[in-house]
Amino acid sequence: MEYDNKISNIIRDLPRSGIRDFFELVIGRTDVISLGVGEPDKPTPWPIREAVIRSLEKGQTSYTSNLGLESLRIGISEYVTKHFRTTYDPKTEILVTVGVSEALDIAFRAVLNPGDEVIYHEPCYVSYSPSIKMAYGVPVVVQTREENEFALMAEDVEKAITPRTKVIALNFPTNPTGGIMPHEELAKIAALAVKHDLLVFTDEIYSELLYDGRKHKSIVEFPGMRERTILLHGFSKAFAMTGWRLGYACAPAPLREAMMKIHQYCMLCAPIMSQMAGIEALKMGETAYEDMRQSYEQRRNLIVSRLNGMGLHCFNPGGAFYVFPEIRSTGLTSKEFAIQLLEKKSVAVVPGSAFSSAGEGFVRCCYATAPELIAKAMDLMEEFVNEVRGKK
Amino acid sequence: MDPLIELLRNNSNRSPKEIALALGLAESEITARIAAAEADGTILGYSAVVDRLKAGDRRVTALIEVRISPERDGGFDRLARRISKFDQVRDCFLMSGGYDLAVIVEGKDLLDVATFVSEKLSTLGGVLSTATRFELKAYKENGFLANGGGDEERLPVSP
Repeated sequence: MEYDNKISNIIRDLPRSGIRDFFELVIGRTDVISLGVGEPDKPTPWPIREAVIRSLEKGQTSYTSNLGLESLRIGISEYVTKHFRTTYDPKTEILVTVGVSEALDIAFRAVLNPGDEVIYHEPCYVSYSPSIKMAYGVPVVVQTREENEFALMAEDVEKAITPRTKVIALNFPTNPTGGIMPHEELAKIAALAVKHDLLVFTDEIYSELLYDGRKHKSIVEFPGMRERTILLHGFSKAFAMTGWRLGYACAPAPLREAMMKIHQYCMLCAPIMSQMAGIEALKMGETAYEDMRQSYEQRRNLIVSRLNGMGLHCFNPGGAFYVFPEIRSTGLTSKEFAIQLLEKKSVAVVPGSAFSSAGEGFVRCCYATAPELIAKAMDLMEEFVNEVRGKK
Repeated sequence: MDPLIELLRNNSNRSPKEIALALGLAESEITARIAAAEADGTILGYSAVVDRLKAGDRRVTALIEVRISPERDGGFDRLARRISKFDQVRDCFLMSGGYDLAVIVEGKDLLDVATFVSEKLSTLGGVLSTATRFELKAYKENGFLANGGGDEERLPVSP
């Protein structure tokens, strides 16, 4: 059968995730030091796992409300009030989802008509552009630049606004760069959203992981923003719960309701086991991640100095657990760099080009890995860089 | 707590250079501060945490609950220090509750520990009673799970 015309044009034309390509090169090798992951190096804290075992013993294995367990939504409401100084009604304004990925997908589908434009920033996590396209929207890219430490500049956003613009999508701290948003730039973007009557989706998945004593501020906290913001957050990064696939959306009731319609038909509800885990995670609160955050900060310091020390320019990112060194000085493309580093030194990093063309010339290194392994990986990378330069 | 000490408590096997990079300080400062902490007794020593079973260590360990009578000057300290000086004693803590000292003793076999308790420990002036509990198996030691404990696997590359 000729399958090409059996598959929807939109899906046929979507590129595969560049991470997936690279993953297939690495999989099956056991000798690799991986800086290629996008998750914490420790499993979910034991009290959370233990609470789920207990809930399974009690036989809590059923469907839940489409919205998610009420006690979880109450916990989310309290957590969001504390961390984002914005309060949402657990009954009408919070939806529990299967990770932020689902929340993002249904948020786009809930608001976009065909041809509506969404402004988002690159380099970014791999799902933004595909999710917009799958919702029949038009992705409009604004590049963030290394000279601004990959923060999004309001003047660049303003240039991208057209009469068809409906949403600005933000994700800071950012995967893959670790870039964060200066508060004054965030205020300017908020003002633009109000001026042009735009919606804002803010993906807060890395918001707990900020360093050097910084305090996170979300765009939802600025004047006029609560009514036009969908706040997306989840448990994966701060609570080391990537495999549980648990996230949530907080939004004014009509927007939450629109998302709920899609969620109830395509997902029904998030798995109850994951929701039980979420309840326990919120009870732990900061104690679940504060030690981890402190140790990430030390690992970041270590990896940034080592990278700069070997002549790979790397800014000191303020959040998440990634560094994004520039590798142009080696004369290699990011893909060549990553593949050769893997083949010659068995160290895995992800080519920046996997996160859009704006990431070309960079590689992503995740430092959520034991310090001894980071040090070893840096030794090997330094050897590699010296060998490549020696050859030129 | 001092972040340097915290870091060493978690893993004392890191080089001063690496610690310096992690804490954003000069290597010379780290070396000097470690030396000072060693000199003033903040750092008591270093040792590897070993899975004794795997290492083929067949010695036995016992927790001895010791009741002692406090002295007019110095309370429990003088006697607790005397007990601590025996090589067989690995740890010695003053405890709240039903007994006074928790003394962890290592010996080559049961008889060795029993002899130590009956001949050395319980005969000390001021020791009122002892109760010996032998350790059967270690599941976690100094914060480390025996047997690795972790068979969790991460994908080598993920988004």
